[in-house]
Amino acid sequence: MKKTRFNAHHRKLGAKMIEFCGWDMPVEYKGLIEEHLACRHAAGLFDVSHMGEIHVTGRDALAFVQHISPNDAARLSPGMIQYTGLMTAKGTYVDDMLVYCVHPEFFLLVVNAANTDKDYAYIQSVKGGYEISLDNASDRYSQLALQGRQAIPILQPLTDINLAPMHSFTFAFGKVAGKECIVSRTGYTGEDGFEIYTLDQEPGILWDAIMEKGAPLGLQPVGLGARDTLRLEAKLPLYGNDIDDTTTPLECDFKWIVKFKKGDFLGRDVIVRQNEQGISRKWVGFELVDKGIARPHYPVFVDGKPYGQVSSGTYSPLFKKSIGFVYLPIAKTAIGTEFAIGVRDKRLKAVVVPTPFYKRDY
Amino acid sequence: MYPQNFYFTKDHEWVAVDGDTATIGISDFAQKQLGDVVFVEQPEIGKVLAVHQTIGSIESVKAVSEVFAPVSGEVTAINAELGTAPEAVNQDPHGKGWIIRLKMANQADLGALMKAADYEKYLEGLTH
Repeated sequence: MKKTRFNAHHRKLGAKMIEFCGWDMPVEYKGLIEEHLACRHAAGLFDVSHMGEIHVTGRDALAFVQHISPNDAARLSPGMIQYTGLMTAKGTYVDDMLVYCVHPEFFLLVVNAANTDKDYAYIQSVKGGYEISLDNASDRYSQLALQGRQAIPILQPLTDINLAPMHSFTFAFGKVAGKECIVSRTGYTGEDGFEIYTLDQEPGILWDAIMEKGAPLGLQPVGLGARDTLRLEAKLPLYGNDIDDTTTPLECDFKWIVKFKKGDFLGRDVIVRQNEQGISRKWVGFELVDKGIARPHYPVFVDGKPYGQVSSGTYSPLFKKSIGFVYLPIAKTAIGTEFAIGVRDKRLKAVVVPTPFYKRDY
Repeated sequence: MYPQNFYFTKDHEWVAVDGDTATIGISDFAQKQLGDVVFVEQPEIGKVLAVHQTIGSIESVKAVSEVFAPVSGEVTAINAELGTAPEAVNQDPHGKGWIIRLKMANQADLGALMKAADYEKYLEGLTH
């Protein structure tokens, strides 16, 4: 099993560890609900070093990113970041990813841990005649996410980067606790916050310094368990559950990442056709009306007939109810529409609700 | 750690016996494995359960676990406080986190269960 460079920190904290995509990762420290609420009300620190980082460099770097992504990377100046998908020729997802523009001949792609090897192989397979170099740098990077309303007060004393003026989805190079880092105003929780990348081979002091500054402000380490419930409340999709190589950005309500006017990209013709003809199903949020918890892969029933499965579902620590996401036939996606979810031997009533479930108010 | 007078199952239920009344819950090991408990599904009072029959389910944020009857008998009480405070299963699994009481049908059912010392050895085998 692979270990992040913060593994000893998790063990020392007594975290419950699990194997996740071949990595030995903390699923919770003190408890999922407490960690979730600490992140919502103060701040949370996450080890996300398992995420993948791929360098795309060379004369055709921008053109190549434009080829694999439906979003318009030409809009990116150095220091800007874009959320997008890595597309198949069918307009479906190989993965979702963040594209960091270091300069027009150097893009950093941040991809899911579960998909890093697959993505890298795919990117190499579609490289064609583009004059670029590809480098799967994932094992050299460590990454922490500091998320929550206390993120700036915690991080600012530790870095020479002026954090407050940074816009969402931008990044800067600088020092954090004496280590060279990339600091980006991004995250996977619905909170304000930062993701901190370093190539330093001994990054442990980053964790220690952030925890020391943050503990008096309510910062807690957060495991993968609460990472999932936080992202779900904020309507951030999880690859493998909510999106995969059978879903298009239009179906999962991410039409905004598709820039039809930017020129060609992988899968564009399929997505254009789907946009003209209209989608037949859509990804929507639900609440369970009956008592219980709807979890991923539980069967869904529309008008009494089976219709796929729950894509993501959990108990919401913030709202204290069962929430989730599901693909429904387009005619059944209006807010208030009722359907059923099979929970063991029962069919429980669920209702389509507005999303995101959580939107920060600061 | 585990009460000396309790009986335990391989599925991590415990039984405390008082005359022909059996109080049933899940062990400290089980609650730690589950994490934060948010919902406990309990049977109706009067339901007659056979050994290994499903009592109900315990849902944590991340997982759901069925609870099986360690002994046979009729349900005489359910812990109604778990309806509003399911976290008692985490905070006091061997006490306030009890789930149901049964009027035992057959004392001999206890013979198949582990005492605390054996259960602790069983746990060592699972975690090492």
